[in-house]
Amino acid sequence: MIVETGHFALVLAFALALVQFAVPLVGARTGDARLMAVGGPAAVAGFALVVLSFFALTAAYVQSDFSVANVWENSHSLKPMLYKVTGVWGNHEGSMLLWVLILTFFGALVAWFSGNLPATLRANVLSIQGLIGAAFLLFIFATSNPFARINPAPIEGRDLNPILQDIGLAVHPPLLYLGYVGFSVCFSFAVAALIEGRIDAAWARWVRPWTLAAWIFLTGGIAMGSYWAYYELGWGGWWFWDPVENASFLPWLSGTALLHSAIVMEKRSALKIWTLLLAILTFSLSLLGTFLVRSGVLTSVHAFATDPSRGLFILAILVFFIGGSLSLFALRASSLTQGGLFQPISREGALVLNNLFLTTATATVLIGTLYPLLVEAVTGDKISVGAPFFNMTFVPLVVPLLLAVPFGPLLAWKRGDLAGVAQRLFGTAGGALLAVMIALFFIDGTGVLAALGIGLAVWLMLGAVTDLALKAGIGNVGARVAVRRFVGLPRSVFGTALAHFGLGITTLGIVAVISLEIEEIAVMRPGDTLTAAGYTLRFEEISPYRGPNYTEDQGRFVYFDAAGRRVGEIVSSKRLYTARQMPTTEAGIATRGFSQLYVSLGDPTADGGVVVRVWWKPLVLLIWLGGVVMMAGGTVSLLDRRLRIGAPAARRERVARPAEAAAE
Amino acid sequence: MKRFLTTLIFCAALAMPAFAVQPSEVLDDPVLEKRARDLSAGLRCMVCQNQSIDDSDAELARDLRVLVRERLVAGETDEQVIDYVVSRYGEFVLLRPRFSMRNAMLWATPAILLLLGGGALMIYASRRRRVAPSTLSDEEESRLRDILKGSE
Repeated sequence: MIVETGHFALVLAFALALVQFAVPLVGARTGDARLMAVGGPAAVAGFALVVLSFFALTAAYVQSDFSVANVWENSHSLKPMLYKVTGVWGNHEGSMLLWVLILTFFGALVAWFSGNLPATLRANVLSIQGLIGAAFLLFIFATSNPFARINPAPIEGRDLNPILQDIGLAVHPPLLYLGYVGFSVCFSFAVAALIEGRIDAAWARWVRPWTLAAWIFLTGGIAMGSYWAYYELGWGGWWFWDPVENASFLPWLSGTALLHSAIVMEKRSALKIWTLLLAILTFSLSLLGTFLVRSGVLTSVHAFATDPSRGLFILAILVFFIGGSLSLFALRASSLTQGGLFQPISREGALVLNNLFLTTATATVLIGTLYPLLVEAVTGDKISVGAPFFNMTFVPLVVPLLLAVPFGPLLAWKRGDLAGVAQRLFGTAGGALLAVMIALFFIDGTGVLAALGIGLAVWLMLGAVTDLALKAGIGNVGARVAVRRFVGLPRSVFGTALAHFGLGITTLGIVAVISLEIEEIAVMRPGDTLTAAGYTLRFEEISPYRGPNYTEDQGRFVYFDAAGRRVGEIVSSKRLYTARQMPTTEAGIATRGFSQLYVSLGDPTADGGVVVRVWWKPLVLLIWLGGVVMMAGGTVSLLDRRLRIGAPAARRERVARPAEAAAE
Repeated sequence: MKRFLTTLIFCAALAMPAFAVQPSEVLDDPVLEKRARDLSAGLRCMVCQNQSIDDSDAELARDLRVLVRERLVAGETDEQVIDYVVSRYGEFVLLRPRFSMRNAMLWATPAILLLLGGGALMIYASRRRRVAPSTLSDEEESRLRDILKGSE
């Protein structure tokens, strides 16, 4: 009954999405306020219905209702409760339902928070949002219904893919989808602006926070996914330039460009064309990512099933939305009024350069991801485009951009003074140079490239600090004034500095792991020791262990520091999930500061030993910590005063004061 | 992201999963071993999804790793080893596609985009600068002259 309720709610949500699309759009055309007002309630009710539907599917998973085909295929009665719940989106049908859930969630958010938007803009935005929702709900019904029943119901389920039985599944897909789908709001705003043929400062002020929110989530989703792959995988890789990873990285790159463009649009009302195009591009790349992952066209892990009908359906959605929005753009872009003028050397100019590099990087990753498909479609040949290609092309594009980052925030709007900024960055450059020297002479085994990489990271971090220090006037004014100015800086300034600092942290982590990683491989018997990076690892024993739905061999290690003191224990195991008879490697990881000792267990040898791989991953945690700092920067920026002023709460506060006085 | 799952499926299908780079495979000569590792990182494991033979634990990847090492020990250069592997498995085995006419678009896109984009922006900026000062019409110019004359 619950399952049917959920199914019915989803059908109703589809019908409502069509209403949300059609009625406000007609209202905006004819100027009918009552028709336009339908959008908001329709969006909120649609969200409520999809929530109901999602809860129904979750209930089926929690109760292990194997009469539902989707539950039978992806769950098991012995599975821990956490994985029963996360298993809801650990498969194609469920993950599409999550996609739509988040889409309608953003639709409802727009409806709730857009009270002070011009009525026609609001109606058009909600209408486009409804159209996207309708398309994806139709996709669910046509090709991937999670509520389909099977009769007779099987006794036991086929269990969730063991790799996905991890806390990572609880966090990574929802975060990633919040990012992906969050950009749909920017897309809807862009299309609405094109429909109206008008784009103004109010528009930009609305788009920036949505972009920022989606960007924060996407950053978190990618960082989380990378860390998940790192510890789950068993060989400590954290980025593989895998098509599915690229699919999430593409909207991040163009979303980052969009974020910077939106700032210029908001403050200087320039870069209108860039902002519109990037808003369309970013969500298009999100859709493309969904297509690549869901269609199975890349036969990657995330393609849970290879069913061409699904691929064609999403391709049709893709063509419709990208083609439609770009045609609209071609028709209307020329009518948009030009914004503020600026010299090439200015903050605006720097951000245009940033856009140029980021979009080129996006195009590079895009063509690398799609080229094997293109070549196969055209010539029938099969080629591979892997990590070496991306490292060779992406890195040279990004390094100049990273070098330019500290300049950007220091340049003045309209007309900047490059020589003056360079002068103010003298200290930063000195610090970076010092870091290069230290790396070259004091860190054993560092090559010139690695030292330069470390210098680049320090340049980024010091650059962010310098930006804050200069804006607070430290050195120019007295300490007390500087502190007051520092505290009074707009939060978006802190946000920028934090995000750029985080970028430096991530760069440092990447450079350190790539250049200073140590790897040891050996056959070990109980009592044997192995030394890596000053730590001595002693293999104690290997013993069997039984989990709820798996069995495993646990290898126990004790490790000592250079002075011979016992530091701790590491447990690394090889697991076998009984339902699917699938082996996995559970790496043993010991964290020392920001670095990690990573122990992975291999196969037993004929003579009673076991193959052990040990990595010393220096500063590896900085890669993801940098992501967290970037997210924090985004959040601080989102809390900026100018995004909050004009809110009704502030006014109410002022009105409340006389009442308080009267009470006294 | 979870592409290793495919590997695992393949490994399960291929019976006993082996492990990427076994201790027994490692060459005694560290220089040669380094070269072997570098070459392996650029060669694709044919039965895996987008994984190099250096990282893969599939049986076929192991065979290829051993083959690369045998060739290196026999005194071949890196290029000779790669050419040999490509002659046996096709270009599909290379994770970094070769510079060829067929791959021209792949390799050229970043450079062309950067140059075209940069060029377009420069032209746009210079045109804007040239247009910007002459925004006053003739009538306005003459009025301006009158005003300036009047203020003298």
